[in-house]
Amino acid sequence: MRNFWEQLGKIDRRIVYLFVFLGASAPLFLHVVPKFKASPEVVQAYQAIDELPAGSVVLFSIDYDAASMPELQPLLEAMLTHVFRKDLKVLMMGHWPLGLPLGQIALEKMAKRYNKKYGEDYVFLGYRPGLAAVILNMGKEIRTVFNVDYKGTPLDSLPLMRNIHNYNDIALLVGFEAGAVGDYWVQFAQARFQQKIILAATAVVWPDLYPYLQAHQIVGLIGGLRGAADYEVLVNQPGSASTGMASQTVVHILIVVFILLGNLGYYFTRTWRKPT
Amino acid sequence: MSGMDLLFTWIAAGLTLAIFSFLYRDNPFYKFAEHIYVGSAAAYWFIYLWFFDVKPKLIDAWISNTGFERYILIVPAFLSFLMLLRFIPKVAWLSRWAIAFTVGMGAGLGITGAIQGYIVPQVKAGMLPLWTGQWGNSLNYIILVVSTVTTLVYFFFSKEHKGGLGFLAKVGIMFIMIAFGASFGSTIMARISLLIGRLYFLFHDWLHLV
Repeated sequence: MRNFWEQLGKIDRRIVYLFVFLGASAPLFLHVVPKFKASPEVVQAYQAIDELPAGSVVLFSIDYDAASMPELQPLLEAMLTHVFRKDLKVLMMGHWPLGLPLGQIALEKMAKRYNKKYGEDYVFLGYRPGLAAVILNMGKEIRTVFNVDYKGTPLDSLPLMRNIHNYNDIALLVGFEAGAVGDYWVQFAQARFQQKIILAATAVVWPDLYPYLQAHQIVGLIGGLRGAADYEVLVNQPGSASTGMASQTVVHILIVVFILLGNLGYYFTRTWRKPT
Repeated sequence: MSGMDLLFTWIAAGLTLAIFSFLYRDNPFYKFAEHIYVGSAAAYWFIYLWFFDVKPKLIDAWISNTGFERYILIVPAFLSFLMLLRFIPKVAWLSRWAIAFTVGMGAGLGITGAIQGYIVPQVKAGMLPLWTGQWGNSLNYIILVVSTVTTLVYFFFSKEHKGGLGFLAKVGIMFIMIAFGASFGSTIMARISLLIGRLYFLFHDWLHLV
């Protein structure tokens, strides 16, 4: 028995990786999609979009890149589905240049699916450096930051942009966050210009954003793959996030088991090593 | 799937496997994929900053504007030039002017943003009634107020943490540990999500097995 616990403490990390690999892969092959109920903060975000009248403008900010793609890309697609179904108008920009093509791919895919026209139903603004300066200047006049769209087309030549000048013309802002940009959106766009904001974040960032939700500085918070799966359920369009939830559950159970075994091993070997 | 899509899917799958090979041990395949990522990311950043910043905001603006709007551009151009002097050791100190400008602007924005957008709204949201008439709500509010106060006490170092103050600080550290635990758990969830994303890509997009 003693030998067992000692061996457990010395287990090769690659064995753990193998278990995690099998735990994550098996549910994908078995096509298991667990049933779950959307969490209240995601429902809150969904309702904030659902309540907007047709024609309202929603600004999406792509503040993530490929490293966060599995968590945020399915969510972006689910939210674009919701927005286009509701006949809302979409502006897209971003503070992470490496992530902007991901936003563009999702936007064009969904626009094509729902027969939306560039310049009339949606506009892709692109990227400008400056973060806080960009957010603040957009509160006065978007054209001081983005005088042209990402293709170089002057904004005034796009029908959708003719009546959009600042946050007063944007009904809702959705920030897709893999870092600290969400704080800037809240601290500058919300605090100074009372912009309504939903934050959709990776699971790493997500817990840090709860204070904003509790203080009603944001109207919804969606976190990680679970949040994306919740949103897919709400728009009734199961995708890769919902598929991944079974793997997520299995690996979580595995990790809990490993933590318990590791702690038990540590406890017993420490007890036995104590001098009598 | 077009020929190009197929080609890029195979390249992406190969690079994913090369990165995963590090889990076994460091090897040339991993190094190759890592260097490709660093190189392509740097090149991408450069192109983006040129076409979305320097060209439209400085070069095109200089050509299209006149008068004050044109000549004010000399200021950022000059500061940018000073920043580049970091590469010449003899005059590298001049780059500090540009850095000082950036730090000053960042500090000014950061302080006002933190006060107006974080501290004041959070303090306001923390002023809650301890009894609302409902047990559930009241318990939540009590936990919120107690955790805020005791955490603040933990970071109060002007007096030694002994007696009542020490007890409150200990309660505070317990709440901090719970917060760390929640963050750690959430981080694990994020990392597993990334693994699932890659596995889904390999099994679905590449091998068409699922």
